[in-house]
Amino acid sequence: MRSLKVLSLFVILSMILVACGGTGSTGGAKELKVAILAPLSGPVPTFGVSTRDGALLAIEEWNAKGGVNGYTIVPIVEDSQCTPEPAVNAMNKVVDQDGVKFVIGEVCSKATIPISEIGTAKKVIVISGTSTAEAVTVDANGNTKPYTFRACFIDAFQGLVGAKFATEKLGAKTTFIMLDQANDYVKGLAEEFEKNFTAMGGTVVGKESYTAKDTDFSTILAKIAEAKPDVVYLPDYYNIVNLVTKQAKEKGITSAFLGGDGWDSADLDVVAAAGGYFTNHYSPDDPRPEVVNFLAAYGAKYKNDDGTAKVPDALATLAYDAANMLFTAMTTAGTVEDVDKVKVALEGIKINAVSGAITLDAKHNPVKAAAILAVTAEGVKFEASIAP
Amino acid sequence: MQQVSTPSQTSLPLVKTHTRLAWIGQLFFIVLGLAVVYILGKNLISNPTLFANIFISGLQLGFVYAMIALGYTMVYGIVKLINFAHGDVFMVGAFVSFFAVTRFNLHQWPLAVFPSIPPMISVVIGSISVILLSMLICILLAVTIERVAYKPLRDAPRIAALITAIGVSFFLEYFGALNFVFSPRFIPYERPFEVVAWYIKGGIHQVVPGTQPPDGSITFSNILLIIMLASVLVQIFLQFLVKRTKIGVAMRAASYDKQAARLMGIDVDSVISFTFAIGAAFAGLGGVLYAIAYSSIWSQLGILPGLKAFIAAVLGGIGSIPGALVGALIMGQAESMTAGYISTPMRDAVAFTILIIVLLIRPTGIFGEPSQEKA
Repeated sequence: MRSLKVLSLFVILSMILVACGGTGSTGGAKELKVAILAPLSGPVPTFGVSTRDGALLAIEEWNAKGGVNGYTIVPIVEDSQCTPEPAVNAMNKVVDQDGVKFVIGEVCSKATIPISEIGTAKKVIVISGTSTAEAVTVDANGNTKPYTFRACFIDAFQGLVGAKFATEKLGAKTTFIMLDQANDYVKGLAEEFEKNFTAMGGTVVGKESYTAKDTDFSTILAKIAEAKPDVVYLPDYYNIVNLVTKQAKEKGITSAFLGGDGWDSADLDVVAAAGGYFTNHYSPDDPRPEVVNFLAAYGAKYKNDDGTAKVPDALATLAYDAANMLFTAMTTAGTVEDVDKVKVALEGIKINAVSGAITLDAKHNPVKAAAILAVTAEGVKFEASIAP
Repeated sequence: MQQVSTPSQTSLPLVKTHTRLAWIGQLFFIVLGLAVVYILGKNLISNPTLFANIFISGLQLGFVYAMIALGYTMVYGIVKLINFAHGDVFMVGAFVSFFAVTRFNLHQWPLAVFPSIPPMISVVIGSISVILLSMLICILLAVTIERVAYKPLRDAPRIAALITAIGVSFFLEYFGALNFVFSPRFIPYERPFEVVAWYIKGGIHQVVPGTQPPDGSITFSNILLIIMLASVLVQIFLQFLVKRTKIGVAMRAASYDKQAARLMGIDVDSVISFTFAIGAAFAGLGGVLYAIAYSSIWSQLGILPGLKAFIAAVLGGIGSIPGALVGALIMGQAESMTAGYISTPMRDAVAFTILIIVLLIRPTGIFGEPSQEKA
């Protein structure tokens, strides 16, 4: 019993020493702490890893150029799990403990919304790469949240582009919508798609919801087989898309599946989803120099398991763009301390980012074109670019 | 096993008040039942093929639940423990088969060893080997869990063992979620054999991949047939085991009275281990078939099927083997019909509502009998 007490005392003491040593070594140099909140575990871990890697690449490039306004950027990566509660805990940790004033993240709208509220209350700038729900930058009363920004276009735009592509390029007249009512992202895309598809003269022949934990979609698919729509709109993440498209193929359903940027993942089952299309922020096949340079830098830094260069997905690209927006704005503002000046600089930003030339509208949403990608059994290919 | 014992029934005065108020509850449930029959009947008449397709997906789900429910019901029958880790053993079974297929190509070993045998036979033998391996590993896991976590608590209050079971369940789920174990990701499951689907319309035809079956056809796949066959074989095997073999007699004796069984020279501990092993084997089998059917796995795969199989066991009468099958088939249909005619997110709510209704109006389940009082 006694030895246990002595032992635990030692443990506590050594922890205190380690903690002091840690803070001691970071003092002195001119450092700018930037937090990256990404879902490294939870339902969509590939999103988290890409987001982290994209943002870290941007930080590395800025540091190699001498930092921002003479400050070296120190990234603090936290796992926010694509879930509100862990995301809020991570946000509180980086703001209260680490004293961070600038946050890149989260990926999922449902996690970014609570984070942005903390940001508004504590005057912390939050730039999300990929949270597409409208409520991320706008509060319940329709006012723009002063310190929240994003690098991606919003759900409304993806739903519009999806509907435009379905009616104009695929010639679709009927659609069946599948959605997860509990997911803001999926709901946002589905609602916009429905609104625009109907406005463009199409008919919604069915609408069914499911939950994120479902693995059996046979009843919904039985209804789709019955309704025979031209397109099935399924704006969910790749894990659900894999399940649904695989089960649909086995039932002999031939309707084309259409989705949003949630499909964009190395884990997307391209054989099952072949014949489907999704709207996305960018395509690696794009010949613009920003894209080519980014692909080369990303591929040099990150490798697949077999040693080949990794191709960045939209998550990595947008996290990279988000980080560049932040650091460019800091350079324009000439400060890394004054959050309000950086905020003003961000609002007036003009940047040739990898995902397209970005300017922000009054609601802090980027104005830029969207890419349509086609899924084939060999992989994902660039299909078309559709402007707003 | 067949003899069910539940906590002693309410004493006489309570029964009296119960009967006085009971008519309100009974009326409510009668109305509810009629409403369900009306909705289903109306839909059956308006679109019989859709009804049949929904029925088939419910059937597939029900037979999977039946395999899991057996484990709950057998373990409860003997040690009076609701083994909440059972659903996670099911998950482990799915993962073992995943690794066997993708990492070790176990499903192709007959062709690799004897290149001359027909591919069809190779696939059958290979797939059965994958299933047997999963069952074996599940057995080892369940027996270890029983020895480490439940056996030391055999004489402790029952609530202690129940809480331990929940702890073991969480341990398996979150240990499995670690990156170097199963990872927290949804993993696309590679099947050891191809899925072949058929449709019924003026005879049975095979679905050609990439073409849609004609209107008004009822589709089913070889997976449904395999799951049904496996589940029925398991039932028959278990009936035989419990009724006709020595270990079955020992199981029934231990279920009836552990003390007396021990005095009669039965090694109760090994009987209990054997029961866990049998239940885990079926969970492993169910896990493989579930993964094959729905083709995506992750570390928390076992939670909902586990809970629903538990409800199925309660509905059928916990402790009763035919009850597990009947309860599971009802649960499968309840879920499928809810998803088809109300909405998909409602199906979990309906599943748990069934649990509440069963506990309210017939806690012993369909096949359960109120127990005779015993020490």
